[in-house]
Amino acid sequence: MLRYASRRVLSAIPIAFIAVSICFFILRLAPGGPFDGERALPPLVLANLRAHYNLDQPLINQYFIYIWRLLQGDLGPSMVIEGFEVSQLIAIGFPFTLTLALSAFVIATIIGILAGMVAAVNQNKWPDYVMVLAVMIGVIVPNFLMAALLQLWFGVYLDWFPAGGWVSGRWEYLVLPITVLAWPHAGRISRLMRGSMIEVLGTNYVRTARSKGLGERLVMARHAIKPALVPVVSYLGPGLSYLLTGSLAVEQIFGLPGIGKYFVTAALNRDYGIVLGTTLLYMFIILALNLLVDLLYAWLDPKVRYR
Amino acid sequence: MANTVLDVQDLSVTFQLRDSEVDAVREMNFQLTEGETLAVVGESGSGKSQAFLSIMGLLARNGRATGKALMGDVNLVGMDKRRLDEYRGRDIAMIFQDPMTSLNPTLRLRTQLAEVLVRHRGFDRKDAVRTSIEMLERVGIPEPAKRANSYPHELSGGMRQRVMIAMALLCQPKILIADEPTTALDVTVQAQMLDLFKSLTEDFGTALVLITHDLGVVAGVADRMMVMYGGRSVETGSVNDLFYDPRHPYTLGLLHSTPHIAHRAERLDPIRGLPPSLEHLPKGCSFNPRCAFCFDRCLEERPPLEPIGGDRKKACFYEGPLRYEEVA
Amino acid sequence: MAGITGKDQVLTTYANKLETLDAPKGRSLTQDALSRLARNKAAVASIAVLVFIVLAAFIGPYFVPWGYSEVDWTSIRKPPDFEKGHYFGTDQNGRDMLARVLQGTQMSLIVAGVATLVSVVIGVIYGAVAGYLGGRVDSVMMRIVDIMYALPYILFVIILVVMFGRHPVLLFVGIGAIEWLTMARIVRGQTLTLKEREFIEAARAGGASPWTIIIRHIVPNLTGPVVIYATLTIPEIIIAESFLSYLGLGVQEPQTSLGTLISAGAPVAEVLPWMLMAPAIVLVTLLFCLTYIGDGLRDALDPKDR
Repeated sequence: MLRYASRRVLSAIPIAFIAVSICFFILRLAPGGPFDGERALPPLVLANLRAHYNLDQPLINQYFIYIWRLLQGDLGPSMVIEGFEVSQLIAIGFPFTLTLALSAFVIATIIGILAGMVAAVNQNKWPDYVMVLAVMIGVIVPNFLMAALLQLWFGVYLDWFPAGGWVSGRWEYLVLPITVLAWPHAGRISRLMRGSMIEVLGTNYVRTARSKGLGERLVMARHAIKPALVPVVSYLGPGLSYLLTGSLAVEQIFGLPGIGKYFVTAALNRDYGIVLGTTLLYMFIILALNLLVDLLYAWLDPKVRYR
Repeated sequence: MANTVLDVQDLSVTFQLRDSEVDAVREMNFQLTEGETLAVVGESGSGKSQAFLSIMGLLARNGRATGKALMGDVNLVGMDKRRLDEYRGRDIAMIFQDPMTSLNPTLRLRTQLAEVLVRHRGFDRKDAVRTSIEMLERVGIPEPAKRANSYPHELSGGMRQRVMIAMALLCQPKILIADEPTTALDVTVQAQMLDLFKSLTEDFGTALVLITHDLGVVAGVADRMMVMYGGRSVETGSVNDLFYDPRHPYTLGLLHSTPHIAHRAERLDPIRGLPPSLEHLPKGCSFNPRCAFCFDRCLEERPPLEPIGGDRKKACFYEGPLRYEEVA
Repeated sequence: MAGITGKDQVLTTYANKLETLDAPKGRSLTQDALSRLARNKAAVASIAVLVFIVLAAFIGPYFVPWGYSEVDWTSIRKPPDFEKGHYFGTDQNGRDMLARVLQGTQMSLIVAGVATLVSVVIGVIYGAVAGYLGGRVDSVMMRIVDIMYALPYILFVIILVVMFGRHPVLLFVGIGAIEWLTMARIVRGQTLTLKEREFIEAARAGGASPWTIIIRHIVPNLTGPVVIYATLTIPEIIIAESFLSYLGLGVQEPQTSLGTLISAGAPVAEVLPWMLMAPAIVLVTLLFCLTYIGDGLRDALDPKDR
């Protein structure tokens, strides 16, 4: 298990490195720059600015400078928001985004797994139909539309929760954003769980477990849930990265102070530092999640470890 | 007279399909005596597996069983699952056809074995694991303590079936049902497996029900046999009687379509025609379209299973001598 | 934005089946699946509704009384009014919502169609080349796919859109350029098995170049998975497009798309609910239909999955 883990970690390193390079060059090869604002800057000021951010050097040099700094954990300065390091901006925005996405993730995963199990056990009875409908709605309605509808219904008509904005420490401001984020995730999880649970309940080994007289509870808990979780676990990694990126949109819509706010503005202003920094952050999270999922997978399915 | 451990009365199994019902087993009656080995023989679809799955409460969701299967004075058929769990695994255990898929791939063998003892004997985990390892040794698994820590995919098919046997016998049940236990295994392993069944069930005094389509298996192990056709038992009796003096044309046909046992015939002859579809059984005797001895009455009436002397029973109207030449 | 229909999983199962199945006799697996699809009532109804929406989006604008950018000064911010021909009401600029919804649907469908086409073309060629050439080329190409999978998809699209301007064509290409990964994987797997078949051997023996073999002999054999892939990709791209438009990065005024309309309608939904409801209903219906068709295909491909 330990050897498997170290092998996986090692193989993720070159992927991360190449992905960093791709992002860097795509971003730089695109036309436009951070100082092409509406107001043309005097040539001298512009030249000084460019020199300050190393933009006057050949691209390949800039690339090495960036990589060198990155290896030291330095994401560089923001080019548009004066006096701010990218890492500072990320430190301001990201904890909120992470909290939002993780709460949604945990809530949705638990609800999804439970709902999927209930639906599978009650296959083709009313709890199953209710769940299938809820999943359909969650998976199909795009998050921005869901947000608009929930804001209108629960924020305006019923006035149960605030329709947007953020007051530090007030959980009711997070109810609607988390619902919007969590619903599709819970939907996909429960759909996967339902399908795999139905399959597992029909397997010979569950029949064996029943024939041993273990009682339905133990059969479920020990023999059915673990193998049924395999496809669900393989979705958790991509699921969390969708939640993190989806959180960008949800932050925009509900006016929440996460990293999404900075990212969209930064991209519009060609603030290379922030865009690249944020993208890299997400990429590392995604890679780390995939790694984690692989390890979890190996634990769930012993056969994987020997491949 | 030995004790009866299982008394099956009028057992029927019905499956609800989308827009029809299929009777997989009809009015089955038989007794199982302590320590004996009963072979249940028939083609696929004859209901032999479903009958015993229904006794174990393991029918598919759309299946329903009626009748009685009395173990002492407890009726297992249609019993509440929670009560049934008191008996399953303790007094009556089952081994399935496919050892490759019958063990949980995500759990270590010791977990899967020990949980039976924890559930039914109230052992603590440590004792349960120790007893399980002893049982693994008993079924002939080398290095049982090490193997107990393995996952199923690390074992060969034959080894897995040994594990299944060990698991089923942990509580020394009164009845062991083995559903085609050797079919999925290599021929070389089959014989070993049958010897193992024989010796273990003798040691524990367990009555063995051996569901099979392979008469070679029956000849080696069973005391009595029951032949099933179209969801009904058509002939029962001791293995010797049925092998040397079959009274039902279907039994005769089965014998002649099996190598080595076809004493009277030079060549191997399959039974004519196909096994019946359970949805469209013919009127009268189910076997009539394939029977060489069929006469008018067989087309109209269904022959009941009736005693014909000794402890034999058959369900056939034909009373004359069964000679194989007439079939061929 | 993969995964609304569980595309990867379905296609992988399907591809595995195609691989294990030796040349099917008579009806192919795909034909068989289509006939099962025809028996699926939800899927058939969805196809009918989808056809209706597509026709309405492309032919409808010629029959509605108002143009999508035409301003009716006498009715601004008005609810549905049948006498004036504003069946879905008007927006803050007095433009007819029905005409705008039709135009927006049309735009969303075009974006989805073009982007799907781009992703299918890239995916098929990339996968077929990787699979056919095999060896080191194959492992390098597939490694690249792995790396692309690790990139945060929607960030990437946003970067592309921002960097390359907001031209709709670039939008299509940008979205399509990222959606091809799954297709490439499936096609590669198929190609690996196909290239061992006799007819490819024969073509190679006949002196055909690798490129000819890929285009003439391998690609035509991939029709089944490609069609299904495309069906499942369209709703994903519609969502991605409407999301970008919602953020203001997509289709620009006076043209519109369903996402743009929803983003215009959402802030005023309290006072002008028809501005949100009309595009929202069309979008949701469209996605429902496409998803049911996708689900129908999945069930048709894998009937035991019920």
